[in-house]
Amino acid sequence: MPATAYFIESYCHISSSGLNHNGTLNPSKETNFDEYLKSLYRTLDLKYPKFFKMDTLSKLSFLGADILLEHSAEEKTETALVFSNRSSSLDTDRKHQASITAGADVYPSPAVFVYTLPNIGMGEIAIRHQLHSENAFFVFDSFQAEFLQKYTLSLLHQKKATRALCAWVEVDGHTRHGFFYMVSKEGTIPHTKTEIEQLFSAENV
Amino acid sequence: MSTLQEELKVSIIEALNLEEYTPADIDNDDALFGDGLGLDSIDALELIVLLDKDYGIKLTDPEKSKSIFQSVNVLAAYIEENRTK
Repeated sequence: MPATAYFIESYCHISSSGLNHNGTLNPSKETNFDEYLKSLYRTLDLKYPKFFKMDTLSKLSFLGADILLEHSAEEKTETALVFSNRSSSLDTDRKHQASITAGADVYPSPAVFVYTLPNIGMGEIAIRHQLHSENAFFVFDSFQAEFLQKYTLSLLHQKKATRALCAWVEVDGHTRHGFFYMVSKEGTIPHTKTEIEQLFSAENV
Repeated sequence: MSTLQEELKVSIIEALNLEEYTPADIDNDDALFGDGLGLDSIDALELIVLLDKDYGIKLTDPEKSKSIFQSVNVLAAYIEENRTK
């Protein structure tokens, strides 16, 4: 089956600049990224109080997935998750490390500790949307369009899923950026390395 | 009004990131887990940390914590009896 049998059905970027959903720009009015994610949650009118307990990486993953999954008419349960980033859960790891090296009066937070893995965000998505499909989280030095494209096609061709939500979700220091795209048989953008790279580069809102 | 119950509600909302709640939303007899505030097992661990940090109470028996965390009133009564700070 040729690679072009699958398409990029939809995509979005979420960054400090705001939301870019299929090329429609909604700039952020917040100066703080966490506050922006909360404002986006409220704008999307989501009813999921556990959102506020998540770390930044999971909040970012959760919102990006919700935007693409909720705007899709297809059945969600056969959607694979293929996520990646550079810094794993390092942002939260540092918070946890700080809490356990705070001196004699040490009170590490269980709620922080549970997010010291990058794939927890995918668990949050799977719970929210009742996904029982394949999922994988890869850590790369940089965004790897070719790997994601080949891995995703492999899943689809092997009928492990009918479509795949792919993402780059990077949260570390000043870098806060999520790029999400849905691969399925619907859409007009060919699911190729070149198209994925172009969409990834078009993050600026 | 500044009672232990009111203090606990503020602490619980802050410690558990219950951003969509205010102290006024929590009745003193509301169930904290299950159908009430809908807290989970990680929240229970956070409450155990809160008791240790704020009131010097160390809970080691998980079964005991189930009964203590029934409601704000029950939790406040336990704190009054056992606090060391």
